[in-house]
Amino acid sequence: MRRGRYPFIIGFLAAPVILYVTFVVLPYVEAFYVAMTDWRGLSPNYNFVGLDNFAGLLDNERFWKALRHHGVLLLVMPLVTILIALVFAFLLNVGGGSKQGQMAGIWGSGFYRVVFFFPQMLAIVVIGVIFGRVFAPIDSGLINGALNGLGLGPVLFMADPDLALWSIIAVLVWQGVGFYVVLFSAGMASIPRDIYEAALIDGAGKVTLFFRVTLPLLWDTIQVAWVYLGIAAFDAFAIVQVLAVADGGPDGATTVIGLEIYQQAFRESYFGKASALGVVLFFLTLTFAALTLRVTRREAVEL
Amino acid sequence: MSGTPDNPSTDAPSAVTRRTLLGRATVAGLLAVPSAGLLSACLGGGDDTQDQAEGTKSADNPLGVKEDAPLEVVIFNGGLGTKYATDVHIPSYKAKFPKAEVKFSQTEEIATQLQPRFSSNTPPDMVNNAGSKLMDMGALVQAGQASDLTDLFDAPSLDIAGQKVKDTLLPGAIEQGTFNGKPYVLNYAYTVYGLWYDGALFKSKGWAVPKTWAEFTALCDQIKAAGMTPFGYAGANAAYYQYLVILTSAAKIGGTDVLKNIDNLEAGAWTNDAVKKAAEAWAGIGAKYSDKAFLGQKHTEVQLQQNQGKVAFYPSGSWLENEQAKDTPSTFQYAVMPLPSVTGSDKLPSTAIFAAAGEMYFAASKGKNPRGAQEYLRHMLSKEGAKKFTELTKVMTVVKGATDGLTISPGFTSGAALATAAGANAFSYRWADWYKKLDDECRSATNELMFSGGTADKFCERMQKAADAVKNDSSIQKFKR
Repeated sequence: MRRGRYPFIIGFLAAPVILYVTFVVLPYVEAFYVAMTDWRGLSPNYNFVGLDNFAGLLDNERFWKALRHHGVLLLVMPLVTILIALVFAFLLNVGGGSKQGQMAGIWGSGFYRVVFFFPQMLAIVVIGVIFGRVFAPIDSGLINGALNGLGLGPVLFMADPDLALWSIIAVLVWQGVGFYVVLFSAGMASIPRDIYEAALIDGAGKVTLFFRVTLPLLWDTIQVAWVYLGIAAFDAFAIVQVLAVADGGPDGATTVIGLEIYQQAFRESYFGKASALGVVLFFLTLTFAALTLRVTRREAVEL
Repeated sequence: MSGTPDNPSTDAPSAVTRRTLLGRATVAGLLAVPSAGLLSACLGGGDDTQDQAEGTKSADNPLGVKEDAPLEVVIFNGGLGTKYATDVHIPSYKAKFPKAEVKFSQTEEIATQLQPRFSSNTPPDMVNNAGSKLMDMGALVQAGQASDLTDLFDAPSLDIAGQKVKDTLLPGAIEQGTFNGKPYVLNYAYTVYGLWYDGALFKSKGWAVPKTWAEFTALCDQIKAAGMTPFGYAGANAAYYQYLVILTSAAKIGGTDVLKNIDNLEAGAWTNDAVKKAAEAWAGIGAKYSDKAFLGQKHTEVQLQQNQGKVAFYPSGSWLENEQAKDTPSTFQYAVMPLPSVTGSDKLPSTAIFAAAGEMYFAASKGKNPRGAQEYLRHMLSKEGAKKFTELTKVMTVVKGATDGLTISPGFTSGAALATAAGANAFSYRWADWYKKLDDECRSATNELMFSGGTADKFCERMQKAADAVKNDSSIQKFKR
């Protein structure tokens, strides 16, 4: 029996491990290697340049701009998205108070639940194109059309360097909230009703319910949402590529590392430098995920 | 690369546990390293080159094409379509070499399709490197992937008796495809640049084409009074139409060496007085005769507004009429004028224009039939090949006089007249293709100059700083002309 065990286990593991190594691990290793070459992607020849590509990043102004933007995204986007999603989820699930011993959402919550989820169904490119029209500075733009009508416009959402990044963040929040409403709703559904009922009998209002019951019992889910959103904050490539003016403009005001990688690789054909950026992004994302999990670790409430 | 994690509908929401979520978060993290990892998958093909076909050279076959060697041709399918290749140039080649099989394919994304083939040294023979996903030509040349075309340009023309190919081309056509002294690319289409307007509208309003800057601003005042925006360009994605105009003015003020110095990254090339004067003049147009809202608009949006009679002048190249064909009302007649002289002492006449050969075609040096590819280019450069190309695409070619007598459209006629009037006073620059970093910087600097409180001094200094940075960056490949 013992003799047959290892072949049995190996037989099961071999296929997924080989697939994983071939399509995930090896490309990663190769990306690390390419990051240390001057490969331009158009011939099999390249020179090994050590850490030159990384050193070049230090005085690359657009790289630092992109990093700063990730910092802003990381601070603002998860916080706003989670706050809005929590409020909505609470209203949809518990906000209506107790009906026949069951906690219920506000009136029409079934409808809202579906509506909030709509943006999640759209491809990010489609969202980019839609908001391109929403933000357009001419009369056919949704917001500026109205503002121009009132004689207040136009507001250059994407063309004003002070506004552009915030406009992008607004779109990301708009797009993300629906998913987290569903996520938090699921979390809330697993909170036992009797805890709410006990709190209600003790005279807790909606606000107290939210802060003393829902929030602590939802902490794990919120933490997960934070990691998710944080990682999303390190991406944002697609929406910037589609929505921002002048490739992460104006003047680099919305650029992100993903976009810099794309520009380096596919516009300028410096694949070595692009890979170096990719490696940096890899470590940034990894560090963030590890840090968040460490910092937010907290005594979980066992139910 | 979606900004948020996967659609959760694969699990019932209540079944989402912390562990599966964390698992997914890790996966999302791995995916967040954009395709850099995948890119490299194409690295490391063999170094071995393919066997290349060679025939004997003769008066009838000056490039030594092997008559039965197959030829692979890849054409970018964009604004020009592919009909000119399948209906004109390929039949022309096959008529000369009936035994040769010509394999034709077309794509909308040249780099996506061909990059892996170049990096594994198995490229097609003749490539039309164009479109928004084109391959960096400088990098291709550096990698030794393009054939030296000197033999082609020295060969006799296919159907213009007694002339070498190079003698049949417009001035600057070969230079445009030259890298560090050798021609590697044929730039086939000839594009003239200027300010485009609605000829019919100008005629009905009695607006005359201005030749001096004073006439230009006076006309802009009139246009403004008529309720139109006199001038506009698309800041969101086409600021390079505007910096092209600024530098055209600079060349007219100070002579074409101004542009040559910029190309060669000379010290002080951008802070030159001519550049400063041109920037100042155009900043004035931006401040007085344009609209800040153009900053957030794409070229198609601004061009549409011109078709709707909301914008009078628009800087662009001669592809404009074709590009807008669908949206142009029948009453709108495209016409183009050269940039008005900025000063009374401009070195070049007011008829001087920016004109460049574009639309790249090259013979892959590591293809199976590089001689056939050059021969194919020779067929494109025949008078017949060029004329039929223009008839199909409404685009001029670099072949001299190939379109004489063709009446295609008002814009085409106007563009051709512009080129004729300019004569030898047609010039261009190369820096924007050579150094993409500078291109990006100049787009931003131009938007700043025109609409966001920039000044001519700031513009020049900013560009000089960027040019110096490129010059001092040893990791960027340099070119000279």
